[in-house]
Amino acid sequence: MLEILEYSFMQRALLGGVLIAVLCSAVGLFLVLRRMALLGDGLAHISFGGIAAGMFFGVYPLLSALVFSVASAIGIQKLKQMKVYSDSAIAIFFSFGLALGVVLISLSRGFNTDLMSYLFGSVLSVSEGDIALIFGVGIATLAALALFYKELFYITFDEDAARASGLPVEKLNTMLLVLTAIAVVLSMRVVGILLVSSLIVIPASIALPLCRSFRQALLASIAISVASVIAGLFLAYYFDLAAGGAIVLVLAAAFVAMLAYKKISAKN
Amino acid sequence: MQLKARVRRRMAEINAGTGSLERKSGCNALRIALKDATGMAEKIIEFEGVSFSYGSHHVLKGASFSVEKGDFVGMIGPNGSGKTTLVKLALGLIKPDSGAIRLFGTDIRDFSDWSKVGYVPQKATNFDQNFPASVFEVACMGRVAKAGMTKQLSGKDREAVEKALDFVGMSALKNSRIGDLSGGQQQRVFIARALAAEPELLILDEPTVGVDQKAQHDFYVLLGKLNKQGMTLVLISHDIGVVAKNASKIACVNVEVTMHDAKKGIDNALVCAYGSDLGRVPHHHDH
Repeated sequence: MLEILEYSFMQRALLGGVLIAVLCSAVGLFLVLRRMALLGDGLAHISFGGIAAGMFFGVYPLLSALVFSVASAIGIQKLKQMKVYSDSAIAIFFSFGLALGVVLISLSRGFNTDLMSYLFGSVLSVSEGDIALIFGVGIATLAALALFYKELFYITFDEDAARASGLPVEKLNTMLLVLTAIAVVLSMRVVGILLVSSLIVIPASIALPLCRSFRQALLASIAISVASVIAGLFLAYYFDLAAGGAIVLVLAAAFVAMLAYKKISAKN
Repeated sequence: MQLKARVRRRMAEINAGTGSLERKSGCNALRIALKDATGMAEKIIEFEGVSFSYGSHHVLKGASFSVEKGDFVGMIGPNGSGKTTLVKLALGLIKPDSGAIRLFGTDIRDFSDWSKVGYVPQKATNFDQNFPASVFEVACMGRVAKAGMTKQLSGKDREAVEKALDFVGMSALKNSRIGDLSGGQQQRVFIARALAAEPELLILDEPTVGVDQKAQHDFYVLLGKLNKQGMTLVLISHDIGVVAKNASKIACVNVEVTMHDAKKGIDNALVCAYGSDLGRVPHHHDH
């Protein structure tokens, strides 16, 4: 057995990492195609407030972040329905979450180190409780995505026609936002708040120019994401790097490789 | 006596479920039986005194008209005359300020059988050309609502999609990326998407914008074929020549709606939609 797999903290990181890789890339494909790539980043910043609130009030931070992030996702959708522009709605919640986090930090000076592990991710601190939450909620989220795959695909491609065919487009939009909020919170233990959006945006951006069908693009995004998370964790272990950063650098390298491949194949 | 007998026979057919227009409600069944027996066509779309405004701007005022089963209605009118608003109202996407709208005899507020209505939106081909969707996947969207939420498409659904693609002549390209096709081919795929739901009414909003002449000709041949098979068509178009040539009725939309028989010439319809000082420039369509 590989040395890396002998450590329980690495086993947990790999298990959790693979699940969030699948989740973020699947949600991400829908978001990227709907020009909502920065929603993940926005929701991650929002959940920073939830993490800080959890620490301040002595609640399990991932749980408070989950509640905070899902409530904000629904709030963003409500603002959109009230004709506030989508990016403005995200920015309003984004700054509110950050502001709340900063104020709570200033009120309590004791949890700055812990908070850093949420900002940049820390595989060493992924606990068994975290893994249980990631798997429990993560699998339910994946199941929801699988169940509503055809509806989400339709509204992503042509919202007007989907609405005319009788689909409840607003409810499905809210659901996609809520699933994104969940994916973001589950990912922050491994990659951190500041790097979550890379798992959402980059795999889809690599897959899109290479695929002819949506199904292909979805499977390719997931494969790229899972491979990058595993490669990033291996690099982090053997070269003693920050895991979140290593994962994102692998993803960025894969993106550059895709661009180079496209350029070479266009010439031939 | 003869009429009574025909109604009774038709009612028996409907109750036995053998009629093509079976309805759950006995009241509806009676109405349909009466219509069939008396030779009156079933009303597919009915507008009664429908008004709609955006703020203080009246788009439609007291619009009343009906589209009957098997009609091929061409809808014309100047830009901003309310054609697209009218379609949105008929699809239940917006609600009228006043008046009543009925689809297949049911008040639109209670209408739920949307798979009976096929819709090809304006600028349907104006989508993200890099979107990774195959022709087959796009056509499958037509079955999404019919299959039911959370349900996977069944073999029957896929069969209907294959049939629709075959009908529009796009089966050979079903694995191609939709963005790689020409405008005319994409338009056919969007028709196939609407047909996959096996609708009884097809509404097309300016479907030939950006499509070349040859593809337009093929497109209208296709619509004619559908109409002959009994499908009710509503086509919004700015191309009056094409509407006059292909449609059986012309609806002129200009805040109000008036219906004209296409066979009786389109001059009245034109005056009604565009005003009386309209000059006519003769031109010939090759198709």
